[in-house]
Amino acid sequence: MKKSDVPQDKSNLESANFRELCYAVDENGEYTTEHTTGWDPKTIALNNAIEKIKERVEEAKTRVLANETSPLEYYMELHKMDLSVLAGYAGIWKWRVKRHFKPSVFNKLSSKTLQKYADVFEISIEQLQHIDQ
Amino acid sequence: MKIDFTHHQSAHCENGVVSNLMQHNGFEVSEPMVFGIGSGLLYCYIPLLKVDHAPVITYRAMPGFIFNKFAKRVGVKFKREKFRNSEAAKKRLDENLEKNNPVGLQVGVYNLTYFPDEYRFHFNAHNLVVYGKENDTYLISDPVMEEVTTLSSKELDKVRFAKGAFAPKGHMYYPIEFPKELKLEEAIRKGIKQTCRDMLAPVPFVGVNGIKTIAKLIRKWPKKQGTKKANHYLGQIVRMQEEIGTGGGGFRYIYAAFLQEAAKILKKEELSVLSKEMTAIGDLWRDFAVDASRIYRNRSTKVEIDLYDDVATQLEKIADLEKDFFKKLRKAIK
Repeated sequence: MKKSDVPQDKSNLESANFRELCYAVDENGEYTTEHTTGWDPKTIALNNAIEKIKERVEEAKTRVLANETSPLEYYMELHKMDLSVLAGYAGIWKWRVKRHFKPSVFNKLSSKTLQKYADVFEISIEQLQHIDQ
Repeated sequence: MKIDFTHHQSAHCENGVVSNLMQHNGFEVSEPMVFGIGSGLLYCYIPLLKVDHAPVITYRAMPGFIFNKFAKRVGVKFKREKFRNSEAAKKRLDENLEKNNPVGLQVGVYNLTYFPDEYRFHFNAHNLVVYGKENDTYLISDPVMEEVTTLSSKELDKVRFAKGAFAPKGHMYYPIEFPKELKLEEAIRKGIKQTCRDMLAPVPFVGVNGIKTIAKLIRKWPKKQGTKKANHYLGQIVRMQEEIGTGGGGFRYIYAAFLQEAAKILKKEELSVLSKEMTAIGDLWRDFAVDASRIYRNRSTKVEIDLYDDVATQLEKIADLEKDFFKKLRKAIK
């Protein structure tokens, strides 16, 4: 890639005033670096991935409201986590976290356990129990 | 206190931290040089593992690998420490800063407050340098950022003890022993030899064969998984190839820059010819990304199967070129 061809497309990086470094060759064929504000092929891919996360969050929300899963799963998706990441932060075994996705089990959790989850998401127990607050 | 530390932005965090720490200690080593000597270039498809609900491909060696290989090959000794609890981790960090010693840290990205939101996901193999502390604020040189930045001690603690795969556990490192002068020649040779060996490895998921495997999968995905999933997968492949840190073209440009520098140090004209060839291959990776993005631009609408075959063919061509390339490279440094 030539230095003059380093793409300067609009991207999410721009708003954060963030420019990446690309390696490219100058007029004399020597390697150098050049900043890039973004490149459409990757911006589209990133936006798609973000859309997908949003979909997952919405889906989880619907299932919580239908009492098919506990709010825990919703907050997990909201924080872009998966089971093992959530289990790691909460310091609770994975299989137990999974069990806590069951509304009947979740509703009987001790305030100590609830506090652990609330701390992970930096919210109150109240908010953890009621996702619409 | 604030240590007199010069921040240089780099494409990739791991090479960048090593290069910055080396320069702080008076050794001029560029980012591509660290990457090349540390045999950073790779292509590896990791079957069974999924990240973001898509297959995982890596264009570089495992986190920490580049760093270790580089240190070993140039004869620099690094001290590494991991911690059980955050108090101990903080104490050791502060002690080093008191001693005017900037240190490298492995951190998780998700809680790096200075990163754009879109880039904050649970990836735990990011690297940065701490070069000072003012009151309760740490001075941070993050190699992928243009300028230096800061984190509060609470924020820093959070990223040092991020959880999930590759959890950093407070991992801290800094060079403690240097050779009298850096002998790069032998290190470069070793670095190149290993990269050739890895890229030409006779296993289906690694190197040139790995690229071919992915090409085959791309042909299958739309039929087997449906276009929606196939497009998501394709998008993830391009992200792994081009996202922050690769310097463009899945590290191929950084590698070409390394070969150009190596040509001068080893006084081997063949290497600068090969550098040009690698640049051209990098351009083909970029073309692949552009064509793939035409497919995943529309997320769920019907896509012609031919289009997937087209990008798969492009990858197969790249695989053939790289096979030829690494054979020539292997010969060139014999």
